[in-house]
Amino acid sequence: MNTNNEIRKAGAVLQDEFLQVWGNPSGWRALTIVNHTTVGIRFMVTGGIFFLIGGLIAMLMRTQLALPEQDIIEPKLYDQLFTMHGTVMMFLFAVPVLEGLAMYLIPKMIGARDLVFPRLSAFGYWCYLFGSLILMSSLVLGIAPAAGWFMYTPLTNDVYSPGPNVDFWLLGVTFIEISAVSAGIELTVSILRTRTSGMALLHMPLLCWYILIMALMIVFGFPPLILGSILLELERAAGMPFFDVARGGDPILWQHLFWLFGHPEVYIIFLPAAGIVSTLLPVFSRQPIVGYRWIVLAIISTGFISFGLWVHHMFTIGIPQLAQAFFSMASMLVAIPTGIQLFAWLATLWTGRPVYHVPMLWLVGFLFIFMIGGLTGVMLALVPFNWQVHDTHFVVAHLHYVMVGGMLFPLIAGLYYWLPHFSGRMPSDKLARWGFWMTFVGFNTTFLVMHLTGLLGMPRRVYTYPAGLGWELPNSVSSMGGFIMAMGISMVLLDIVLHFRFGRPAGANPWQADTLEWATDTPPQPYNFISLPDCPMRHPMWDSPDLQATIADGRHGLSEIDHGRRETWGSDPVSGAIREIIHLPGNSWLPFFSALALSGLCISLLIRTYSMALIAVIASLVLLLRWSWKNGAFLEADSDSAAKSGYPQLHSRTFDGPGLWGMVVTLLADGALFLSILFGWLYLRIVAPNWQAPETVPLAWQPLLISGVLLTIATFWHHFIVRRLREGRDDHLQGQLWSIAAVGLAHCCALIWAWSSSSLVTTQTAHDAVIAVILMYQLFHSGLAVIMTALQAMRVAYGYVGKGAPYEIAVVKPWWLYTTAVYWLSFLTVILLPIAWRSA
Amino acid sequence: MMPSLTLPSLIITLSLLSGCSGPQSILNPAGPSALAVSRLWWGMFGFSVAVLLAVMALWIYAMRRNPRSLTEAQADRINRNWIIGGGLVLPIIGIVALLSFGIPMGYRMLPLPVAGQSVPRIDVIGHQWWWEVRYPDTDIVLINELHLPAGTPVDIHVTSSDVIHSFWVPRLAGKIDMIPDRTNVLRIEADAPGQFLGKCAEFCGVGHAHMMLEVQVHTPEDFESWLEEYEYE
Repeated sequence: MNTNNEIRKAGAVLQDEFLQVWGNPSGWRALTIVNHTTVGIRFMVTGGIFFLIGGLIAMLMRTQLALPEQDIIEPKLYDQLFTMHGTVMMFLFAVPVLEGLAMYLIPKMIGARDLVFPRLSAFGYWCYLFGSLILMSSLVLGIAPAAGWFMYTPLTNDVYSPGPNVDFWLLGVTFIEISAVSAGIELTVSILRTRTSGMALLHMPLLCWYILIMALMIVFGFPPLILGSILLELERAAGMPFFDVARGGDPILWQHLFWLFGHPEVYIIFLPAAGIVSTLLPVFSRQPIVGYRWIVLAIISTGFISFGLWVHHMFTIGIPQLAQAFFSMASMLVAIPTGIQLFAWLATLWTGRPVYHVPMLWLVGFLFIFMIGGLTGVMLALVPFNWQVHDTHFVVAHLHYVMVGGMLFPLIAGLYYWLPHFSGRMPSDKLARWGFWMTFVGFNTTFLVMHLTGLLGMPRRVYTYPAGLGWELPNSVSSMGGFIMAMGISMVLLDIVLHFRFGRPAGANPWQADTLEWATDTPPQPYNFISLPDCPMRHPMWDSPDLQATIADGRHGLSEIDHGRRETWGSDPVSGAIREIIHLPGNSWLPFFSALALSGLCISLLIRTYSMALIAVIASLVLLLRWSWKNGAFLEADSDSAAKSGYPQLHSRTFDGPGLWGMVVTLLADGALFLSILFGWLYLRIVAPNWQAPETVPLAWQPLLISGVLLTIATFWHHFIVRRLREGRDDHLQGQLWSIAAVGLAHCCALIWAWSSSSLVTTQTAHDAVIAVILMYQLFHSGLAVIMTALQAMRVAYGYVGKGAPYEIAVVKPWWLYTTAVYWLSFLTVILLPIAWRSA
Repeated sequence: MMPSLTLPSLIITLSLLSGCSGPQSILNPAGPSALAVSRLWWGMFGFSVAVLLAVMALWIYAMRRNPRSLTEAQADRINRNWIIGGGLVLPIIGIVALLSFGIPMGYRMLPLPVAGQSVPRIDVIGHQWWWEVRYPDTDIVLINELHLPAGTPVDIHVTSSDVIHSFWVPRLAGKIDMIPDRTNVLRIEADAPGQFLGKCAEFCGVGHAHMMLEVQVHTPEDFESWLEEYEYE
């Protein structure tokens, strides 16, 4: 008894010490917080506000469409409203909210103290917030984008959409996507490298699998749209033709790039929501999920298949029959992994002993709505049917069944489920039921009948319609339903607001859940766990119910805090065995100001003030360099800190820290972007109706060859010094790094020489414009390689990098390799392939 | 579940009874392509409703039933049956069935050469926000109206002079996009003379909602005389 009390007391002391290291500041300095719990909540709350704005926009549209031939809203405004509704719901609500939830939950579920790149989380949030504000300001100013959320050219080029409307979309959304991709990278690395001791991949809670695949899909899926947006903005602002058919571009290229992103996007939104279902159902069925491995397989195959069916959004553009049959089949294949999950859930209920709470209501609502969305989805994948209902209200109904059913309902179920975790209090039962039924009835009234509206021939995106076509009644019903749903949602909101005051205290693990997030305090402390438990099992809270207490008492690993560092385990990506201690950076102003500088860039590009843009670029560069300076063995992480005996090394003393993983995943995203460029190049070459290629390649090959050889030398040299570091030798390290940077610089100069002596006219043909983009891409990468290497040389001089802390140089190595690979691949496709083509 | 379903299903039944016959309705076909699609729809609709009701009923039953105690092996077998039966077998059968209907049907709708018959051609060019209709080999140019002979296939060659539009006469056939500098071909056929409505289906700017096309279908004889008369004028 006595010893137990002593342990308790020691636990309380530990808590104070942990808070000193991990605590969040208040007031203005709250802007410096990088902790995942705070950032996750910020994402969710901001996304929730945008959901309400998007809903309000929808209500305006439903008012306009309630009766035929109304002119409450003029077409110019209506076009802005439907464009913004789609954009807000997709980019400002669905993805950020789910990422926020993932950021909040993932470290807690895998027994980590924070995400692996905390400053990146905060940076992502600020990018998202500022980008969203820029985008929304256009609506307030009355110059919002008005060409649909899919932004098809030529309607969006500078001829048919003069004025800044479209630029707001292209720049704002790209900015927000940077935030999405950075969250994707961070979640991937966190899940793979920071799981607590012994948590092998197949011990992870299913939600972590869903989030891992979602994050990887973001990494591969967003770059095509980022590229498309950059190209379209270049066409609008700099006159470089990519989609202009007269100058050798092709508007269909935009559609490919857009849907290459757009379809995976649907599953990026659906997967985490399905993950919520897979988390909640077993808890309420009082038994483990059925078919864990089946579900993991289903998630992975959904990820793969979703990249192979983007063309089903383009069945009416006149593509060959064979391609249509292929994509039709691929689209239907998704029904298989979805069916597996559906029936695994059913089986879980079947053999379990379900208990009823409010989240379960939302799950049943999800099933009904999502099933309908899935079934109409299979119908739409059938080409002849698609030709009829494409771009009608049938599709509007279908996509809302998929999105609201597949995302909003599980999200609200999850919200109710984790509400006690956020606040420590339980929701009210009565108001919650009312909120569900109103939303459910309102939703189905709106959208079930909308299938019929579409079958009666009503196209999408019309601000009004004539009477006498039979569309009056279904439209009025839909509008009524919309308002019922709005009331339902406000009840849910009211319930949540009230519960913070009136909800009864939840106590520990109120749902008797099995996963580690319920072993934290509720609401949680910033550090999540005072000690990190071994977890070689799927249901830690079921197997050892006293886990919360033993963690808080500091009876598990890594409970020392007197060194003042924020630490978490770095573990093996497959087995979860501990490899090193990851020391995490603390609160910082850098993310906030870097995002601010980037939004300055975004605004100055919008108003086309390029001098200001240059200043913003320099400011961002300085801030980002400062950011990477305050890293690794810098100051706080004093360079002589040997870890306690029995513990592994700090990650900055190894060659395989999270930074390397972050770099590799970043390069995967970067590679997806580069492949999209190559796709564009080959696509235009083969398909564009007016493709014009000059007789001879417009770039001289001699300077290009010299430049390439220099780059290859620099890369090999860098590779060589990393190898020597591994052998524990760092003689002449600084001088060698400076020399590598110099060789890299010479390579850049040769490349610029090749470009400036070429006959490229970037505004004349798509051919020249694409080559210019490839050159810019190469120069950006080569330039950054030089800067990073020079920075490393300086850090060697300061003593932050050396054989004692060799880690950062190893992080830069993949960048050099990638840059070289890109160079020779570009050389092959731009210089050699056309020669081969011509001689063939 | 039931109270929530009654209202929408009542509405949808009522509207189905009264409303399939709209002048722009896919469910009121007046040509072979549209007829095939509307049959396809009713078939898929029936199948989907059956699947939906069956799965929902299973779920609700699974939630309410009181399971007897199972040994681990028994539970495993039940679970595997559910996953393989529902997650693999059911969707694969559904997909194969659908595709074996759908792919040949789509093939029959393509503008392929017809044996022993030359298919007449009409050019339609999309503009913001009107239709230009041309009859090749004649000087006839129409705006926002299209005249067709009944009972014979016609190939509509579509393109655009500005942004992307989409040509669609719901009661006759599916739609095809009109893309600048590209020509797409849609085969349509009307069973009998009459008036039909066409509508631009791809969002094309502020005037999109009002970009409509009047389609007049004549008997073949009337069509010939209309052509001659028009050209004479």
